[in-house]
Amino acid sequence: MLELTAKSPCSGLLPMTIGPFTLTEMTPLAMTSIAPRKGQESALSDALKAAHGMAFPAPGRATGKAEARAVWFGRGVALLIGPTADAALAEHAALTDQSDAWAVVRLEGQGAEDVLARLVPVDLRAAVFKRGHTARTQLMHMSASVTRVGDRAFQIMVFRSMAATLVHDLETAMRSIAARS
Amino acid sequence: MRIAGKGIVDRSAPVSFRFDGVTHQGFSGDTLASALLADGVRVVARSFKYHRPRGVLTAGSEEPNALVTIGRGAEADPNVRATVQEVFGGLDAVSQNRWPSLGLDLMAINDLAASFLGAGFYYKTFMWPRAFWEKLYEPVIRRAAGLGRLSGQADPDIYERAWAFCDLLVIGSGPAGLMAALVAGRAGADVILAEEDFAMGGRLLAETGEIEGMPGADWAASVLAELAEMDNVRLMPRTTVTGAYDGGTYGALERVGHHAPRKGDGAPRETFWRIVAGRAVLAAGALERPVAFANNDRPGIMTASAVRAYLNRWGVSAGKSVTVFANNDDAHRTAHDMVAAGVHVAAVIDSRADAPDSSDFRVFRGAMVCDAGGRGGLSDITVRHASGTEEKIATDCLAMSGGWNPTVHMTCHMNGRPEWRADIAAFVPRDGMVPGLRAAGACNGAFSTDACLREGAAAARAALEDMGRSAPEVDIPAADDAAYSISPLWAVPGKGRAWLDFQNDVTVKDVKQAATENFRSVEHMKRYTTQGMATDQGKNSNVGALAVLADATGRGIPETGTTTFRPPFTPVPIAAMGSGAQGHGFAPQRFTTSHTASIERGAPMIEAGLWYRPSYFPKPGETTWRQSCDREVAMVRETVGVCDVSTLGKIDIQGPDAARLLDFVYCNTFSTLKVGRVRYGLMLREDGHVMDDGTTARLGQDHFVMTTTTAAAGQVMRHLEFVTQVLHPEWDVSLISATEQWAQFAVAGPKSRDLLNGVLDAPIDGETWPFMSCGPVGILGAQGRLFRISFSGEHAYEIAVPARFGDSLFRLLVARAEEMGGGPYGMEALNVLRIEKGMITHAEIHGRTTAYDIGMQRMVSQKKDCIGKVMSERPGLMDANRDRLVGLRPVGAVQKLTAGAHLYDEGAAPVRVNDQGYITSVAFSPTLGTMLALGFLKRGPDRIGERVKVVDAVRGLETLCEVVDPVFFDPEGGRVRA
Repeated sequence: MLELTAKSPCSGLLPMTIGPFTLTEMTPLAMTSIAPRKGQESALSDALKAAHGMAFPAPGRATGKAEARAVWFGRGVALLIGPTADAALAEHAALTDQSDAWAVVRLEGQGAEDVLARLVPVDLRAAVFKRGHTARTQLMHMSASVTRVGDRAFQIMVFRSMAATLVHDLETAMRSIAARS
Repeated sequence: MRIAGKGIVDRSAPVSFRFDGVTHQGFSGDTLASALLADGVRVVARSFKYHRPRGVLTAGSEEPNALVTIGRGAEADPNVRATVQEVFGGLDAVSQNRWPSLGLDLMAINDLAASFLGAGFYYKTFMWPRAFWEKLYEPVIRRAAGLGRLSGQADPDIYERAWAFCDLLVIGSGPAGLMAALVAGRAGADVILAEEDFAMGGRLLAETGEIEGMPGADWAASVLAELAEMDNVRLMPRTTVTGAYDGGTYGALERVGHHAPRKGDGAPRETFWRIVAGRAVLAAGALERPVAFANNDRPGIMTASAVRAYLNRWGVSAGKSVTVFANNDDAHRTAHDMVAAGVHVAAVIDSRADAPDSSDFRVFRGAMVCDAGGRGGLSDITVRHASGTEEKIATDCLAMSGGWNPTVHMTCHMNGRPEWRADIAAFVPRDGMVPGLRAAGACNGAFSTDACLREGAAAARAALEDMGRSAPEVDIPAADDAAYSISPLWAVPGKGRAWLDFQNDVTVKDVKQAATENFRSVEHMKRYTTQGMATDQGKNSNVGALAVLADATGRGIPETGTTTFRPPFTPVPIAAMGSGAQGHGFAPQRFTTSHTASIERGAPMIEAGLWYRPSYFPKPGETTWRQSCDREVAMVRETVGVCDVSTLGKIDIQGPDAARLLDFVYCNTFSTLKVGRVRYGLMLREDGHVMDDGTTARLGQDHFVMTTTTAAAGQVMRHLEFVTQVLHPEWDVSLISATEQWAQFAVAGPKSRDLLNGVLDAPIDGETWPFMSCGPVGILGAQGRLFRISFSGEHAYEIAVPARFGDSLFRLLVARAEEMGGGPYGMEALNVLRIEKGMITHAEIHGRTTAYDIGMQRMVSQKKDCIGKVMSERPGLMDANRDRLVGLRPVGAVQKLTAGAHLYDEGAAPVRVNDQGYITSVAFSPTLGTMLALGFLKRGPDRIGERVKVVDAVRGLETLCEVVDPVFFDPEGGRVRA
């Protein structure tokens, strides 16, 4: 029997609503990094489709849906977010449990791009950075993963240990934009 | 003086504000300058060096005179241009560089001594004694000269940085900019229209000319209304584009909060933008230049376009009896507009013999203004007629114009040089000076409204074509197409000081003096006279000054050339560029899962890289850190201690070539490591020096977890990426950081196994879990990992759980440890424990030490190659004479030892040539009851038993130490295997 208490990365910090923006913590059941072995890229993609219903994402893209999403996570790596990774995937890829390694938040609201424009140096305009687009980039001083998950919604991830700084930076930017609208 | 029916200020919205403590009234839409002029305030500042009374010269950001401080105390903003500052209820402006007041400035004595204070005066006069410059002369001079002062307090305001992206950036919203934005906006391109002013429209707001049969301001409003409706167009007023940089990136400063009282709602004062644009159209307009003549800095002498702007835009007449002095047709408009508004125009003085005449006012052709009277405000001018006779004319406002300078600044930011156009007596941009940027309109030397509209449209169309977009046909609205006629006039000959650079008090005489003293290059002249070096960066004076220099040196203006235009176009506060980075914003904070529990126990935190780690856990009655630390060390040695070690880097390495990678990056062998075992490894840099150390566990045949030191986690990850991406891309191996996935705690001490067996789902014993074993374990129902490794020399483990359980497990382990007489320990105790055992950290592997130096040469495997191996075998790196690791113990009673102290032979003088090494780590060992040190000593291991003198010259300490083996405690290692 589990006698340990789980605590999420943003526990005590979120949710938060400022003006038109809401910032909520996402707590997916599992997160697993998937790095295909040499020459196994397409076999892995097929296995991923069979097991979880999405292809291995191309660079800068995310595949799947809210409950099960594969987000490109860097050179030769995707992060499966949602379901526990099917053990069969290990035939084609190195799997590493990252379920507790990242703080995952969802920023939503009209003008969410304006909030992120204060922190993220990449072009997140709706016409350029569409739903299903993702970027490994920086958020203020942190290495981050930013994915558009809706017309007005982004998924933002930083290392778990930096959750407090992430919330602080996003809060500052949300207040700044909210004060102007 | 307000003129009824003129201007676009909102007369229904009066605003009250203060200037130097006096309350004034203005209207919404006023700048501080327009409101003060309307109230008849003429002297608004004192000049930089001579403290001469100064008034408003311009109506834009180029203003050199009317600088004020806004606000008081820590919130004060110095050097704000009154011509840019919008008035709002409660605005509190204070004049600068005067004492005790603007009206009576005692420093004006400098003006009487002016003949001594010309260019180069300071350099020549305050040469000796040399030390006096820094200590006496400069402080005194700086007090006497200068602009506004910083508060000296921390700035409490919020600033912000932001990024923006667009297809086309249009800089300036005059006729050219509006037309460019309209064309690109209608074509569907993403457009940013940035305008420095709070109102868009540029000169259209300040002139009476018509477009399409309507007043220019109305046409601008109609275009702006259309643009505002477009989702693809972003209007950015109050935003000055300050610089052009590589890759189509532009810097811009948006004044977000300067036009209203602070609300404390989190809005910033300013936002510094980085705008990345596919293409850009520069439609920055032009700046009117003054003419140099004696006393041309009197309050009431303004540029002709400014006088017109105050009348047409703000409904303010800058004087009751206005005169105009010009060398071009354009300035005559000022006289016409004033007359039309019912203001008396005393005379128009035009230096050209063929200047246009007028039936509405007197025009003196071929005449020049050669002097001006009225110290506290212009009272009269002296006109020198073509015949040579001089005449005094009473006037309280002189509108002067020496022609227009296209605002070419931005085009020069990537080291391009503008070219001289003699027909308009001005510098204009060349094509392609900034890739992707086109100049259009007045900044391109096209001064008529019609030409501005055409060039703006053409520039946008060309930009769209460049980007492969189609451009719709747009009708060019009908507008004035008057030719611009000018005959150069830079300085009126005659006696008296004629100002070129109002802001730095540089006169025609100063520039001539520079030439006389052989500072003939324009760059030398600039530095000798300080012309163009104030906050306006010479916007009003550069061309005039170099024209005077050209004349003085007998060269033409194009040969003389310009000084270098550099960003920013207008001042940008460092606070804006560095926003968000004050205080804790300087770097992210990384907190372990045990952070809250540690804080609750009163543990002071120390920073390790970005991480916060507990120094020690004070108990009631402990008053110094040493008491807590000594107790924690004893606790680990005698019972059991718990310490969060999650900050160590953990790299998950998988793949058929994982072991091969480890053999390549570690100097010792890992391919022979059995599954379920851990090995200590040492990693070298390519140059043979030690990079990092740590343990690596083999979790499966093709699966390892490498640990790194906290400090080098990023560096090691980068190193492994380099090896796998560049040196051996053919290897099938994957790397990913797992540092944050696991909360990992060291459990150390004789009772460590007992403590663990209370939380492990299946108890362990010494046989199944010997020293250096590892494997998966169940921990109170959670899946975790256990490693039997030790950094303390005690029987110890590291237990890892998914980070979500970290807080819970830490609290539980600590509580149970306390029941057993143990408890948590911090970084101080951890450090003492490892020093007692002679274990190294980055204090020892500081980048200049080798495996040989730290006594680990035998770890460098001779059976395989590894990164750094060959280089580590260079003779210089294997020399017995090198500084090598030893332990040091004080001889006699406990004496203080300090890291950083140097080692000398016992009888030798403690001077550099006798240096024998240095101390890297020290600790008081409660276990051994003495100070201990690790250090590097020449031939160290060969000198065990010798005595060395330890001298800390910085702290004034001297101690005698015995050289000993670095492993002070339990050298046989019996405890760790217990």
